[in-house]
Amino acid sequence: MKQKLVIIGAGMSSGRLIETLVDTDPDAFDITLFNAEPRGNYNRLMLSPVLSGEKTYEEIVTHDDAFYTTHDVTCRFGEKVTNIDRAAKVVIGENGPVPYDKLVMGTGSVPIIIPLPGHDLEGVIAYRDLEDTQRMMAMGQGRRVVVIGGGLLGLEAAAGMAARGAEVTVVHLMGHLMERQLDEAAGYLLKKSLEGKGITLRLSANSKEILGENGHVKALLLDDGTELPCDLLVMAVGIRPNIALGKESGLAVGRGIHVDDQMVTSDPNILSIGECVEHRGAVFGLVAPLYEQAKVAAQTLLGHEAAFVQKSLSTKLKVTGCDLFSAGDFAEGEGREDIVFRDPARGVYKRLVIEDDRLIGVVMYGDTGDGSWFFGLIRDGTPIDDMRETLIFGPAFQGGTQLDPLSAVAALPSEAEICGCNGVCKGTIEEAIAAGATDLGAVRARTKASASCGTCTGLVEQLMQVTLGDDFQMPTAQPVCGCCDLTHEDVRRLIKTKELKSQPAVWQELGWRTVNGCHVCRPAVNFYLLADWPLDYADDPQSRFVNERKHANIQKDGTFSVVPRMWGGITTADELRAIADAADKYNVPTVKVTGGQRIDLLGVKGEDLPFIWADLNRAGLVSGHAYSKGLRTVKTCVGTDHCRFGTQDSTGLGIKLEQALWGSWTPHKVKLAVSGCPRNCAEATCKDVGIVCVDSGYQVGVGGAAGMDVKETERLVDVATEGEAIAVTIAFVQLYRENAKYLDRPYKWLAKVGLDWVRDRIMDANERQRLIDAFELSQSIYRKDPWAEHAARPRAYAHLADLTLEAAE
Amino acid sequence: MSWIDIAAIDDIPERGARVVKTSVGCIALFRTGAEEVFAASNTCPHKGGPLADGIVHGQKVTCPLHNWVFDLNTGQAVGEDARITTYPVRIEAGRVLLDGMAVDKRSAA
Repeated sequence: MKQKLVIIGAGMSSGRLIETLVDTDPDAFDITLFNAEPRGNYNRLMLSPVLSGEKTYEEIVTHDDAFYTTHDVTCRFGEKVTNIDRAAKVVIGENGPVPYDKLVMGTGSVPIIIPLPGHDLEGVIAYRDLEDTQRMMAMGQGRRVVVIGGGLLGLEAAAGMAARGAEVTVVHLMGHLMERQLDEAAGYLLKKSLEGKGITLRLSANSKEILGENGHVKALLLDDGTELPCDLLVMAVGIRPNIALGKESGLAVGRGIHVDDQMVTSDPNILSIGECVEHRGAVFGLVAPLYEQAKVAAQTLLGHEAAFVQKSLSTKLKVTGCDLFSAGDFAEGEGREDIVFRDPARGVYKRLVIEDDRLIGVVMYGDTGDGSWFFGLIRDGTPIDDMRETLIFGPAFQGGTQLDPLSAVAALPSEAEICGCNGVCKGTIEEAIAAGATDLGAVRARTKASASCGTCTGLVEQLMQVTLGDDFQMPTAQPVCGCCDLTHEDVRRLIKTKELKSQPAVWQELGWRTVNGCHVCRPAVNFYLLADWPLDYADDPQSRFVNERKHANIQKDGTFSVVPRMWGGITTADELRAIADAADKYNVPTVKVTGGQRIDLLGVKGEDLPFIWADLNRAGLVSGHAYSKGLRTVKTCVGTDHCRFGTQDSTGLGIKLEQALWGSWTPHKVKLAVSGCPRNCAEATCKDVGIVCVDSGYQVGVGGAAGMDVKETERLVDVATEGEAIAVTIAFVQLYRENAKYLDRPYKWLAKVGLDWVRDRIMDANERQRLIDAFELSQSIYRKDPWAEHAARPRAYAHLADLTLEAAE
Repeated sequence: MSWIDIAAIDDIPERGARVVKTSVGCIALFRTGAEEVFAASNTCPHKGGPLADGIVHGQKVTCPLHNWVFDLNTGQAVGEDARITTYPVRIEAGRVLLDGMAVDKRSAA
């Protein structure tokens, strides 16, 4: 006697279930298959190739009418199940009831629709079934589409429509793509290659509202006010188990329909498989475990022993030309170690995560050939102790080769500019080398490359080594730190040449060996990026030394000092009263007058900082940046205002300079002074920029020092007007920002590039204007009071929790 | 173990740290990745520097006072014969949990 089996949902798992049942015991069940979609089982995973035109719908059908006929499966397609009468063991469909002995729920999942205003407009769809796919296939040349969601599904949808010629923008809430499957570095490479396919990607973007016209979608509005016009809007933000029917029928449900290891629900006659189930707290979206569940359910139905066990999973993106692979656990767990391999020339990134001598996770981009081998190691828990050294090179490799530190230079196209001063590109240098220039001097003589400021010398030398091989003996240059092989100068030059605009871009393209740098290189790279790309790159507080992150100077006991700005050293009775009040209120143990003509409050507790700042802000006092690699103070004397000898308004000039320069980040700290006459009471001749006023105008000196080294300034130029003195100073500071090595004070940088080179740049009217414009652009972002910003969120400065209080309760 | 809910993971900046006061002293929670947090003593054994104020890189932190580097897996100082105590911590549904037994002086004694 055959038992009656009813299956609800013709998805991929139920297809596999029917197959297993009829293969194992064709006479066991009379099968009835319900499906709300008007068709049978097809391979949903393959919708993306259908969308991009690489496959047709017919090619992805897994079970056709002939299959159902051959195996006597009664198909009720296009018919919804309205409810289940568990007591009578009857499934009620729209077209009538069907009794069952055993029931399998394969109701799958429903796409998550974000309830943004306008989500119900015509032209807003999810990416789930063939109907959605067909809507997207209609988007060809000249049509605009916005996809919300930069996960697997969203990117496949975007790539598919882009392949059909549509203009596609992907809006993603997180800072990098596919953040659940990829780490930042692989996310960066993926972004780059999708952009190469003409897809626009907007990361860290928050959708606010869907705008419509006549009931049809017109644009997506982001919360920063950007409007993205579109003809179709696809929401691909994820799926959730479809538990409606299971819940109404009274089955135990959580996020999904609860099942045990045998795939049986809380009702012993009802099983459930696929994306609708929850097994031991987990829900499922990838196909491998669904197939496994189908097999286990088949065995259970046939009365055989079987148990479903969760395994680690691998992910592959089905976008032609984007070769990525991830598997296992690469984001969580203590006691892990990373092995990172990057080949900037080929755009390859591989990261292995190891725990207890076993591989537990892998992320690969660009070369995923060994993916399944690594996945096998993860799945089998193979000890990797013996092959650890060469593991990352894959199964074929058991020798040991050195990573090529020259690959970043080798990868540059021949039109890439190597020497910025003289506009010499890589190809020109290669030609010179080929024509017989075999040492640096000869290359300089022929091409002028590295003949001016000299900061590209390292790159020219590397290029010579790439071209000449062993014939060229590389002088040993000091790399930034142990994370990479490049010098500071090389890194700066390559960030400009290769237009690297994010930390992951630098790590990848310049072959960093660590995941995200170290305390030596990361602050430097953070500065180089913000100095070169002020609009594209946002300063990263976590890449800054504590003083710059907390906008106060840490002291030896872990307390901080607070120094408000006194413009040009001028203050008022009200400001002094506010400082005195703050010193009282926060029990400041030491109040000191600094050499920079302002007042230092020492010994403030970290958690009090936002509050003391708020108090000082109220009196009009702002951060003095006494902690920053940036403008510190402009020391002045009283000049013509009061002094018998003053020749110019030195105080006024000092204030103007301080107001122009404050807030800017520089390679190291920058101190200025303006003296009103050659008696030089403001000690301007030992400052980074020191201006001495004379009857005929202003003498601008640069490169002074009065710290570890003591050095008198050298005269950059004499100018007649105050306006020129300001312009020259700003141009000098910007030139220093653009070229100096991180943590080189101006005098050290000047010793490398030479004062003549600096003067030539600043005296060139066009270049001077360019420098001033570039500085102003950067200051449009950074000329503001960080204290005001931080005072608004004091929680970040407080303890995260105080368990001593709870213990006392 | 008895897990104590401390805070949401997003209260700790990525590649940054925050401090929890406990009866065994200040403990720093270091967030080394989107979904990765380590717990260790906040106090550098060298001169008492507040480690939560240091730069977090990879699974390491550098003390802000004199640049001692600690591996957060083990608490071992790199190149120095010193270590900081580490504590069990885990992440569950976006919350950071600290082992209450390990951070309570009475039960540790």
